[in-house]
Amino acid sequence: MLNFSKINIILIYLIFFFIAIFSILNLQNKDNIVIDKKVNLGLDLQGGSYLLLEINSDSLVEEKIQSKVIPIKKLLKDNNLKYENFKIRDKSLTFIIEDVEKFKLLFFSKKENLVNPYIDNYRSFELDYKLSGNNNIEILFSKFGLLTINNSALKQSIEIVRRRIDDVGTKEPTILQRGDKRILVELPGLKDPERIKKLLGKTAQLNFRLVSDNSDFGTEDLMSELGETLKVSKRIVMSGENLIDAQPSIQNQKNEPTVSFTLDRLGSQKFGRATTDNVGKRLAIVLDGKIISAPNINEPITSGKGMISGNFTFQEATDLSLLLRSGALPTPLDVVEERTVGPDLGEDSIRSGIISLIVGFVLVIIFMFFKYKIFGLVANTALIANLLMLVGILTILEATLTLPGIAGIILTVGMAVDANVLIFERIREELKTEKSIIHAFDSGYSKAKITVLDANITTLIAAIILFAFGSGPVKGFAITLGIGIITTLFTAYFLARHLTSMIVLRNNNRDLKI
Amino acid sequence: MIKNINFVSKFKKANFISIIFFILSIFFIIFKGLNYGIDFKGGTLIELRTDITVKASSIRDSLKSMNLGDINVKKFGKDGDYLIKVEQKNANNSNLIPEIKKTLSDNLSAGIEFRRVENVGPKVSSELLESSVIAISLALAAMLFYIWVRFEWQFSVGSIVALFHDVIITLGIFSILSLEINLSIIAAVLTIVGYSMNDTVVIYDRIRENLFKYTKISISDVANLSINETLARTVITSVTTLLALFSIYLLGGEILRGFSFAMILGVIIGTYSSIFVASPILKFFRVSYKTLEKEEKKIEP
Repeated sequence: MLNFSKINIILIYLIFFFIAIFSILNLQNKDNIVIDKKVNLGLDLQGGSYLLLEINSDSLVEEKIQSKVIPIKKLLKDNNLKYENFKIRDKSLTFIIEDVEKFKLLFFSKKENLVNPYIDNYRSFELDYKLSGNNNIEILFSKFGLLTINNSALKQSIEIVRRRIDDVGTKEPTILQRGDKRILVELPGLKDPERIKKLLGKTAQLNFRLVSDNSDFGTEDLMSELGETLKVSKRIVMSGENLIDAQPSIQNQKNEPTVSFTLDRLGSQKFGRATTDNVGKRLAIVLDGKIISAPNINEPITSGKGMISGNFTFQEATDLSLLLRSGALPTPLDVVEERTVGPDLGEDSIRSGIISLIVGFVLVIIFMFFKYKIFGLVANTALIANLLMLVGILTILEATLTLPGIAGIILTVGMAVDANVLIFERIREELKTEKSIIHAFDSGYSKAKITVLDANITTLIAAIILFAFGSGPVKGFAITLGIGIITTLFTAYFLARHLTSMIVLRNNNRDLKI
Repeated sequence: MIKNINFVSKFKKANFISIIFFILSIFFIIFKGLNYGIDFKGGTLIELRTDITVKASSIRDSLKSMNLGDINVKKFGKDGDYLIKVEQKNANNSNLIPEIKKTLSDNLSAGIEFRRVENVGPKVSSELLESSVIAISLALAAMLFYIWVRFEWQFSVGSIVALFHDVIITLGIFSILSLEINLSIIAAVLTIVGYSMNDTVVIYDRIRENLFKYTKISISDVANLSINETLARTVITSVTTLLALFSIYLLGGEILRGFSFAMILGVIIGTYSSIFVASPILKFFRVSYKTLEKEEKKIEP
């Protein structure tokens, strides 16, 4: 075990230097970056906000099932199927039908089925039905139909969330899908997430509807921001989809912050027609079911440009235009988890983390030196090499360092010497019975090998499971702990062994103690 | 180092103490329960810094008017630093944090700063608890499997009993002292599982080796010999690990304190259990070199 071929030695040190050199990259000056790789600091160290958002697709499912009413009724009528007692429930439609078999055939036809489309990906229809009694039919979304609704809502939400956050202009946000209902948002450096939370908390569904007492589409009572209740037609003149731009502006006469918007071509046409036909009437601007304002239509607006005023502060006007620009969220988003760390707490954490790392490191080094003298130095050299490689690998992977991650490094320092201790103690035992020092060292290394491996694999298993199940900061701990084990094995079995072999071979004739 | 301590003669006494502690821990965990943090219980946590020292009770009083449910305020490290935990009855108030901030700055005549805010909804907290339980169970199962592959089933049983011993007693102490269980404590428990296993494996490896080497002597003597032979290593590794851990505990700041305390407990209990729990079980099963040979024949007929 003490013989190294030249190639082996070169390889060992080459690997070591190649990995260790990456640790230096973290000292690069920000303005003068040679290689753009470094260990990222977690939110708990650099400060920032972590938000976990959940989409709530219930309202969307209700909306979608309602949109099936007309096509289904049409299908029944076109095929002369008699039905009665048609009811719209929360997430399903029920009716009584005479010819169930014929309905089934039509409902599950794969040819040009507009009522119940076949989803190729899942090999399933969008809708499903339940039969109770002989002819009570309940129509609801199939498992995969719900999944499709959910997935497209999630994808769309992520897109909108990204647009809104980019628009606010925070640095390097992370926006990721988590599971099938959640969006993870990380905003490094953000001190107060309240504004972002507010912006993400609004679906921002905007539409323009006429204020009228009677309408073919029916009317509903809506509250305005001023507390006034207005009867508004259910017919939507134009919705936020047709907006291509919105900007805050100051109305000159009253010096009041407003939102100016620009419409696309289709929007301009719709808006132009509606304002031409309804001069003198009031147009309600409805945002998320609440009237922002309901101005009088004084003259036709055909330019495709308009303005919303509603007693805004300038901040409110800015936020509203941002929301309108980014588009509406398909469903409301709930913040189900939030963690925010202020930047000065992050700095404190880094400071105390580094201090405890240095102190722990120095204590271990002193202890090892007193315990093993010259071989203590070997173990300590291996320990320093170990740290450099650990940081090097973290840099190569551009891993995220968290406060528990620093704890993982300190723990690695404490546990890394174990490999060398196991080996040295074994050599001590061998020295008792073995006359040749070289043989004693040799068999010490080979006999301890299995034990060292066994002992480290158990810790590695724990680290892997932590990584798989942990979240955020805990994951950071698992990463440093796991990588620490690998670098420990490398430094103990290659670097330290080579250093030991040099000492032993040079001092073969003298009385060598460990 | 003295290298001939008669550990085996102390097995009975030690096992008795272990069983008492184990039962006591289970008793406390069941009847007193664990003090779950917001990670597992849901709610809001705020780390607050004030520019002049105020009484923790006045913070509590000023929040009482908001009707937030159970409120817990305690000092956190330095003067002027406090940790507020709010049970938060109505989970879906998106304005909660600004409202608390306003109430506090209105009522306390001091400058306040929120250094850390954590808010965990009820759904997420129950998921976190579930995945933590799964993670710990999975870790135990993985260890069991590894030892079963590397050794024989008697060793597997021995090591898993030792692991349960460590995890339960650590949690028991947390229950007795009402210390908070949060995600980082779970990380600590998992690391303890790894560390304790590591310690047990080293002794088991030696026992196996010695069983083959000295086929004539009893398992008690082999266990005693093996524990003594590995004792220096056991002590040195525990010392270096504890040096590192105490350094985190004393200097690593408030956030890491619970984590490092759990680890310190775990390292001490884990070291003890490899000697006094894992080894007696081999004696109980009367493991001998024959057990090992049989197993080997099975694998290579």
